[in-house]
Amino acid sequence: MLEVRNVESYYGPIMAIRGVSIDVEEGSIVTLLGANGAGKTTVLKTISGALEPQKGSVSFEGQDVTAKEPDIIARRGVAHVPEGREVFPFLSTEENLRMGAYTQRSTGLTDDLETVYGYFPQLHEHRKLAAGFLSGGQQQMLAIGRALMLRPKVMLLDEPSLGLSPRLVHEIAEIVVRLNEERGVTVLLVEQNAKMALGIARYGYIMESGRVVMEDSTERLAQSTDVQEFYLGMKAGGVRGRRRWKKRKTWR
Amino acid sequence: MDFISLGTFVQLLVTGISHGCLYGLVALGFVLIYKATEMVNFAQGDIMMWGAFIAFTLASTYGLSYIPVVILTIFVMAMFGLLLERTIIRPMIGEPPFAVLMLTIGLGFVLRAVAGMIWGHDEKEFDTPYSVDPLILGEVSLDYEQLVVVGCTIVLCLGLYVFLRFTRFGVAMQAASQNQLAAAYVGIPVKGVVAITWCLSTAIAAVAALLVAPLQLIYPGIGFVVGIKAFVAAIVGGFGNLSGALIGGICIGIVEQFVGYAFEGAYGETSVYVLLLLMLFVRPQGLIATIQRKKV
Repeated sequence: MLEVRNVESYYGPIMAIRGVSIDVEEGSIVTLLGANGAGKTTVLKTISGALEPQKGSVSFEGQDVTAKEPDIIARRGVAHVPEGREVFPFLSTEENLRMGAYTQRSTGLTDDLETVYGYFPQLHEHRKLAAGFLSGGQQQMLAIGRALMLRPKVMLLDEPSLGLSPRLVHEIAEIVVRLNEERGVTVLLVEQNAKMALGIARYGYIMESGRVVMEDSTERLAQSTDVQEFYLGMKAGGVRGRRRWKKRKTWR
Repeated sequence: MDFISLGTFVQLLVTGISHGCLYGLVALGFVLIYKATEMVNFAQGDIMMWGAFIAFTLASTYGLSYIPVVILTIFVMAMFGLLLERTIIRPMIGEPPFAVLMLTIGLGFVLRAVAGMIWGHDEKEFDTPYSVDPLILGEVSLDYEQLVVVGCTIVLCLGLYVFLRFTRFGVAMQAASQNQLAAAYVGIPVKGVVAITWCLSTAIAAVAALLVAPLQLIYPGIGFVVGIKAFVAAIVGGFGNLSGALIGGICIGIVEQFVGYAFEGAYGETSVYVLLLLMLFVRPQGLIATIQRKKV
């Protein structure tokens, strides 16, 4: 459904991603893991058109969407939930949601609002409040809800767990799974919280300094010693917990 | 200060408010563009001056009557705004703010020079159907021109408020100004919104021009004078705030009139900039502060 092929993107002279290929199948949840600065966000920005790749291509539902304007790509049904809950701070919660439906012609707008409020009852409670006054968790819910208003085929979620309490992380994870199952929304999830991401996704990619270094089903990723050590914080071997800081990561 | 009679007081107040409304209207143009693009358009006053000359030409050279002049001027200026955005401003997106600032200052110079070449530097008069004897109420005499300025400003601001607050596109404009990236991600065509913002702000400049033309004589430098005071109005009101721009404009309009009356001569003009300095010392965020800190 979504195919990223050998994409290279730059921030000015700095190469942020160096030839990344990613496939997202319809109806699946795919995760993209990696440390800070690995280029995960850049991949999402390249898909949604906020960044123009120097090389490579992005196609969605078989059509080439490389370097199209973000609003055109959003119109095709790709909803990008950016990192750090970028809400419209001076608009009310409900106006934020209505803006999410900007690409939709008014039919079914009220139903869509009801659906979003169904998933996030807290938003309904604060629907008249300026979004800037919502708590971090509520803003994250609003950002996801707003993306849902676009009736997306694919949702690009950029670190939805950022800065949230473990309980909220759990709650958000549950909702992502529900959206996927109940509404058939395909999800590409970028995360630092590997435990959460590997728990809900079926397939995963691991990025490091602008490259995909490993890709596999999430069960097998979770078994990999490198992932266990560097992402899940497990210690390799015995009681003495021999750390492998001298050993190189092999990504196998 | 001399004893001030009620009649003079009211007259000064009305003159102050009407001038203030003009500054406020031009300041609205500044603020609209600043909010949408974080660019400060120093040519705003000169764009207004062009509006005045276009109205003058339509009325005197082509002999159109007042209403068609108004409609055509606003339309022509709105198109001019679109053209400016398309040819000069859009290529500058992403350039450093200082470069954009220099560009708009330069644009102001060019507009002034070209206006001087086309229409000459002598002052022109622009008459309206309401340029008649003043309205006399007891000892107060009020020019209709001034009352029209106040009335039009109120109507325009209400219209703008309703548009920004209740229409889909208006709310989208607000959204785009609050968070451009998020606006693009929900499918708002941000470039189109910016173009419409320019269109709107030059149209407002045209309205200001139509209102200022009967009050003062038209000459190429008029936009510079009004533009700088409007800039002060925007700062006093709190840059980035639409109602602030209008309130700031009215404040400096009133101060200018009263100081001018009390001390005579050029003190009225100077008081505007003294007010600016005071404001920057005491309350740099402006009268109506926008409660938002920029995210790093």
